Amino acid sequence: MKVLVFVEADEGRIKKSSFEATSYAAEIAQDTVAIVFGILDLIELNKLGTAGAKEVLRVTDSNFEPSNIMAVSTAISQAFIKENFELLVMAKSSLADPVAARVSIKIDASLVSNVTDLPDMANGFTVNRSIYTGKAFAKTKLTNEKKILTLRKNTVLILENGSDPKVEVFQPNAKRSDLAVKILSKEKTSGHVLLPEADIVVSGGRGLKGPENWGIIEDLAAALSAATGCSKPVSDLDWRPHHEHVGQTGVKVSPALYIAVGISGAIQHLAGVNSSKFIVVINKDPEAPFFKAADYGIVGDAFEVLPKLTKAIYEAQE
Amino acid sequence: MFSMKILVCITHVPDTTSKISFKDEDSKFDNSGVQFIIGPYDDYALARAVELKEEKGGSITVLNVGLVETEPTIRKALAIGADKAIRINAEPKDAFFVAHQIAQVVKVADYDLILTGRESIDFNGGQVHGMLGELLDMPSVSPVMRLDVEGNIAKLSREIEGGKECLEVKLPMIAGCQEPIAEWKIPNMRGIMSARSKPLNVLEPFDGGHRTFVENFVMPAAKSGVKMIDAENISELVNLLKNEAKVL
Ligand SMILES: Cc1cc2nc3c(=O)[nH]c(=O)nc-3n(C[C@H](O)[C@H](O)[C@H](O)COP(=O)(O)OP(=O)(O)OC[C@H]3O[C@@H](n4cnc5c(N)ncnc54)[C@H](O)[C@@H]3O)c2cc1C
Ligand SMILES: Nc1ncnc2c1ncn2[C@@H]1O[C@H](COP(=O)(O)O)[C@@H](O)[C@H]1O
Repeated sequence: MKVLVFVEADEGRIKKSSFEATSYAAEIAQDTVAIVFGILDLIELNKLGTAGAKEVLRVTDSNFEPSNIMAVSTAISQAFIKENFELLVMAKSSLADPVAARVSIKIDASLVSNVTDLPDMANGFTVNRSIYTGKAFAKTKLTNEKKILTLRKNTVLILENGSDPKVEVFQPNAKRSDLAVKILSKEKTSGHVLLPEADIVVSGGRGLKGPENWGIIEDLAAALSAATGCSKPVSDLDWRPHHEHVGQTGVKVSPALYIAVGISGAIQHLAGVNSSKFIVVINKDPEAPFFKAADYGIVGDAFEVLPKLTKAIYEAQE
Repeated sequence: MFSMKILVCITHVPDTTSKISFKDEDSKFDNSGVQFIIGPYDDYALARAVELKEEKGGSITVLNVGLVETEPTIRKALAIGADKAIRINAEPKDAFFVAHQIAQVVKVADYDLILTGRESIDFNGGQVHGMLGELLDMPSVSPVMRLDVEGNIAKLSREIEGGKECLEVKLPMIAGCQEPIAEWKIPNMRGIMSARSKPLNVLEPFDGGHRTFVENFVMPAAKSGVKMIDAENISELVNLLKNEAKVL
């Protein structure tokens, strides 16, 4: 089988989830090719080889802006058809979702999102995917000849033994209608760990009382190289930006460790975090429902517990 | 003035507080005791549609691909402010099936703006808006956090990881919506009364298949129970995270 992987980068660095997608593809097929958009240096592209790609297709034509859903979909579809791929793999993201959907129509593929493990190819092609916002899974068969998967985080370990890939420029044919969407501006925090990508997430809830108290969350996050998140009321109140809001109606995370501070554990919040490997809950109320979903719990006042925890983590790192 | 025709695609999904379970040897969703609602993201889309109509005039049609049990959910959307409704009488088998059904309706109706949720909360695909865009050869943007219309231009902001991006696109277009695009609207008494007499057209499904097939459902493994750690003994937590969970 020949597999194409759509790779995303952020600030010149390939996203960790895209390395995962590359290794996922390499676990299935020898013939793994990555497609990347925009300008990236060769050192970065070679890392795709380490993660399992045999070849990298670069799209550098500025008509194919890396965040233009329509243009990126066109380019991927053309590469897919031209080189007779059978499977397209990508890490789930706010860009990958709409891109996967558009490509599936262009190339006539079956599409399954939120895939949580490697395919079972014994009898057709079947994968497990997360549904009901992490509350269940569905074993799903892809019936078309061509197939697309978007992966949830932590589906496979990133391979580290591949060699440098062959790197080539791929020149798609631009479609005028793809340029109809004009990107006017971008606002982005930089230098922070992206929430959906993070291995560790520290989240604060209404228990922190106000945005001025977020220092203790950020300090703990810094000690752990973690991303910060929050509950919905916190972003509704504008204490934190919307893209940090975790849960059923926000970002769904599946880090190795999720630390919830001053969050009660409403079912809508849990829906966004219940595929985390380990959950730590810090809450002053021993009856807080979040403890039922936790692996480790501390009953205590966040304002006392967090500085101590941050200190203990730095000490353990010494 | 240009009067906009807006289509809002809504799902009929278990309330966000529902416990999910399956029956018939994990082959079917068990809906006993489950409350159904308009998908939360679809509800944002609908709320924004109502605001746009208040600002600029026009009409709102809501559409659902579903069997007869979705009608109370559709009526609720009418009570919130949609003018008319269409139900395509079929079980929504997968996103491709749904997008294909919706596309057939749009092809003969010329909507200026098609709003969906960023994703459904049952299957969470985030696929229908993009598929629909491709089937109709229209631009689709998702997830959209802000949407204004000036003349025949939509001005949007789209969430990107760690921030947002501002975009402009000519109508017709498709937007997959999420908060804070608008605040959810609660139907008032007048809305509920008038919803009863608003038209709800039922269409038989168009020819078209699906591309995926659920073999069975699986519940996640239960948590083994929480280990409580004394607040005075924080180093114990660090120790467990390091040596037991191995996440540090
Ligand atoms: C359709 C729908 C969708 C929703 N989607 C989401 C979603 O995606 N994400 C989400 O988060 N919510 C969502 N919600 C809201 C959800 O139901 C809860 O209201 C919300 O999660 C509560 O946020 P919280 O835990 O921060 O606040 P609260 O429920 O107010 O809890 C605060 C907690 O802090 C604790 N606390 C207070 N002081 C301290 C202290 N000094 N130290 C330690 N602990 C302290 C309290 O004991 C309490 O447990 C949704 C709701 C609806 C209806
Ligand atoms: N059965 C359906 N009927 C009408 N609209 C739907 C249906 N399923 C999905 N949609 C729309 O498409 C969006 C994305 O759904 P999904 O691709 O399933 O995540 C939803 O938020 C709805 O707006």
